[in-house]
Formats: sequence, structure tokens, C-alpha cells
Amino acid sequence: MIRVQREDFDIGRELERLVAGDHTVGGVASFIGLVRDFNLDGGGPRNLTDQVSALTLEHYPGMTEKKLAEIEAEANRRWPLSGSLIIHRYGRLEPGDRIVLVATASPHREAALAACHFLIDWLKTDAPFWKSEETPEGERWVDARAEDDAATRRWR
Amino acid sequence: MSAPVKLLYFAWLRARIGHAEEQVSLPAEVRDVAGLLEWLRARGPRYAEALRDLSVIRVAVNQDYVGLEHPVKAEDEIAIFPPVTGG
Repeated sequence: MIRVQREDFDIGRELERLVAGDHTVGGVASFIGLVRDFNLDGGGPRNLTDQVSALTLEHYPGMTEKKLAEIEAEANRRWPLSGSLIIHRYGRLEPGDRIVLVATASPHREAALAACHFLIDWLKTDAPFWKSEETPEGERWVDARAEDDAATRRWR
Repeated sequence: MSAPVKLLYFAWLRARIGHAEEQVSLPAEVRDVAGLLEWLRARGPRYAEALRDLSVIRVAVNQDYVGLEHPVKAEDEIAIFPPVTGG
């Protein structure tokens, strides 16, 4: 299931709903992405210039849902999943806020863990979201990271 | 001139170009994404500056990623944006 929303989500409730009543599920894997208060590009977490007080996430309505559905379908082709869930937020978020939840359920832990890792890696390089950071020096758009491309290439 | 295409811009490309969306009628010689970008760059300094470096530009036609050689035609929805940074 795919959801793109401004509102926060309740992790416990979402994970419960993912497996509700399905006793074939032997394991659930999840990844939760949070807003951190520093930017990785500056080289260190505590340089003043790297402080981030908020993030605004912009996305491409329509294509976002289409890409997330494709990514989820690909995970279901590759691994025997009983269920999968991607929730991604947009709008203005502050440090500590949840950005994204990816969760997978499967009879076996290997499939759940691998599919969850695949989904977050793939989402980061394919789903049309962009982050803008508020810093002491003003707003700036976050640059894409080569490490993220490399992480997705592993799964091709 | 043919029926218009819908152009969408996101993130810093939207900010630099100055608007999020426009309908444009493309001249007949614009047949693919490369031709579209070249035509847009000639529309003014904002476009020329925003679309200068192709290495930081991604294009989607009708909500699928495409390359420079992909054809463009009337009524397409063509989005131009930087590499994505979600998750």
C-alpha cells in the first residue's frame, strides 16, 4: 500500500494493520526516516553552517504515487511478501519528525529485511521528492548523493 | 505550431525559472527532449541559466523518466527537475 500525505503517522498502528489477521506472516521489517538537525555535506554534524532547523519536502503529485507503486510491485516480484507499506510525507517538517515509513511482512525474515532495504534504497533515487533545508545561512536545496545512486545500483 | 504541451518544473528549477507550470506550443522542429531543452534555453536568461547543466537535470514525459532522445509530442506532460532527494 502507498500513501503520500502531509500528516504524521503512528508506527505501531501502521505495523499492526499491515499484518492484521494474516497468520502466514513470520516477520515484519521496517525503516523509518527522520529529519535530522544537520546536513551531511558540511563534513561534520556540529558545524554551525550545517545546522538544519527545518525541511520542506516538495513532490510531483501523480508521478510520486506512480513511481512508489512501481517500486512496491517490483519488491513483490522479487520477494514472497505477505504485505508491504510505503508512507511518505511532504510539506514542512522539523528535526525529529518522521519523513517516511517502509514496512514489509513475509513468512520469512530474509525476504522481509531484504525487501525493506530494497524499497528505501530504490525510493531514494526514483521517487520524485525534493528537500529544501532551512539553515542559519538561509534556505538551500539538498543535493542528490552519489552514495544513494550506488545503493540503488546494488539491487539492479 | 501544434497543440500545446504541459511543462512542469520542480525544486530549484522551479525557483530559477520562476513558475511551476506552463502550457506551450512547440515549433515543429522540436521533436525530442534534447530539442525541447535547447528551445527552452533560448526563451530567456532564466531558462538558459536553469537548464545550463544537463548533469543535474532529469526529465519525465507523462510521469516516466526518459532520456534526451525521447520524442515529445502534443499534449504530453513534460516535467523537468533536479535529481530527487526524498526518503
